[in-house]
Amino acid sequence: MTADGDTLAMLLKDLDRQFPGITFRIVDEQSQLRQHMVIWIRNERCRDLTTSLDGVDEVVIMQALSGG
Amino acid sequence: MNDNLRSSSEIVGRRLLVGTRKGAWILNASNDSRSWSATGPAFLGHIIQHMVLDPRDTRTMLMASKTGHLGPTVFRSTDSGATWTEASRPPAFHAGDAFGRSVRSVFWLTPGHASQPDVWYAGASPQGLFITNDGGDTWSPLDGWNDHPMWGTWAEWPDVEGTPDGSMLHSILIDPRDASHLYIGLSGGGVFESVDGGTDWRPMNAGCAADFFPDPDVEFGHDPHCVRMHPLMPDRLYQQNHCGIYRIDRPADRWVRIGDNMPREIGDIGFPIELHPHDPDTAWVFPMDGTDVWPRTSPDGVPAVYITRDAGQSWTRQDGGLPERGWFTVKRQAMCVASPHPGEPVAIYFGTTSGEVWGSIDEGESWECVAAHLPEIYSLESA
Repeated sequence: MTADGDTLAMLLKDLDRQFPGITFRIVDEQSQLRQHMVIWIRNERCRDLTTSLDGVDEVVIMQALSGG
Repeated sequence: MNDNLRSSSEIVGRRLLVGTRKGAWILNASNDSRSWSATGPAFLGHIIQHMVLDPRDTRTMLMASKTGHLGPTVFRSTDSGATWTEASRPPAFHAGDAFGRSVRSVFWLTPGHASQPDVWYAGASPQGLFITNDGGDTWSPLDGWNDHPMWGTWAEWPDVEGTPDGSMLHSILIDPRDASHLYIGLSGGGVFESVDGGTDWRPMNAGCAADFFPDPDVEFGHDPHCVRMHPLMPDRLYQQNHCGIYRIDRPADRWVRIGDNMPREIGDIGFPIELHPHDPDTAWVFPMDGTDVWPRTSPDGVPAVYITRDAGQSWTRQDGGLPERGWFTVKRQAMCVASPHPGEPVAIYFGTTSGEVWGSIDEGESWECVAAHLPEIYSLESA
């Protein structure tokens, strides 16, 4: 899917505009990435939502299906 | 009956709402309550901590849910569980919260006062309290509790020493005579009372043991497992605590350990306590082994319910039809009563960690297995 943002936080905000509620499933109320969410930028794990997306054209959001 | 003195225990009760570690089921009774059929699962794979019918319209249901990775939320149904919609703003602490708290799980749901038809309360882990004024779609922190100057002390924050799944706020009780009179239970903190709608609170634990402290006579820090208010006598509360079974009759401010009247070889440790909807002197508990390392199974692995019909002065064993051996636990919100046949004995049910639902339509005299092979049962409510 396509979304815009200068930072990871802004990207998630745009994603939430398109799909209301999705960001709260990825990030908690204290703007912390939920425990079993992993975001990859240029093949690097990223948990800092202030990370710049300058020059980035792909962000991968993955979920570890924890529980069982 | 005064309409204000209705409670969930007055729901007709031909259905049982089963919340499990892996989804939700609804069990539907035949007309004579002797056979059951299951609907479900809904939300297979979700952890369902609580599923509750609104007794004010007998149609709306709320469900406290989470998965391991997607975080906690609340689902809402307005058609008796046929379809569900996620809350557009689930329970959450304020962004920038002074303690940095995030909701790990929504643990408990309580419909609001009869005069406030769209109000519900939710208890969470960490031990926060949340309120909705629109029937469960949007939730807000109840600041009077969550931001109380004593919260960090009362709720033992950070809760690193709390119960295995984290300390949780549960047993949200609303006085049917006064919407602003509330009680809550904290698994890491004790019982607290508010008389102003949740703006201010005070601990209410005098008389309760806290054997896990060097000084067991403390004002707070207790571990109530389940607290119930009698709908017809709201000044009477019962409590199954980590350290015994108690009753209090307000305005008294000291709990009485009625568990001292349990058989000594059984003890008075357990999780649930349930009340007879028409008789304030009658209550049921499901004792568990609280010795050694606390296996939380029935004493000697022999499941039994105990009933008092005299407000805790004496207790009687009820194990007719229950298995000779069973190594399960009954969690704090996994026991409920129902009145499916007016004028006849009430029905009582419990769900087990081994995925069975047991029921009695003669107030505990005899038991039958209502459902088996479900996942670990976290909650059971009549509907």
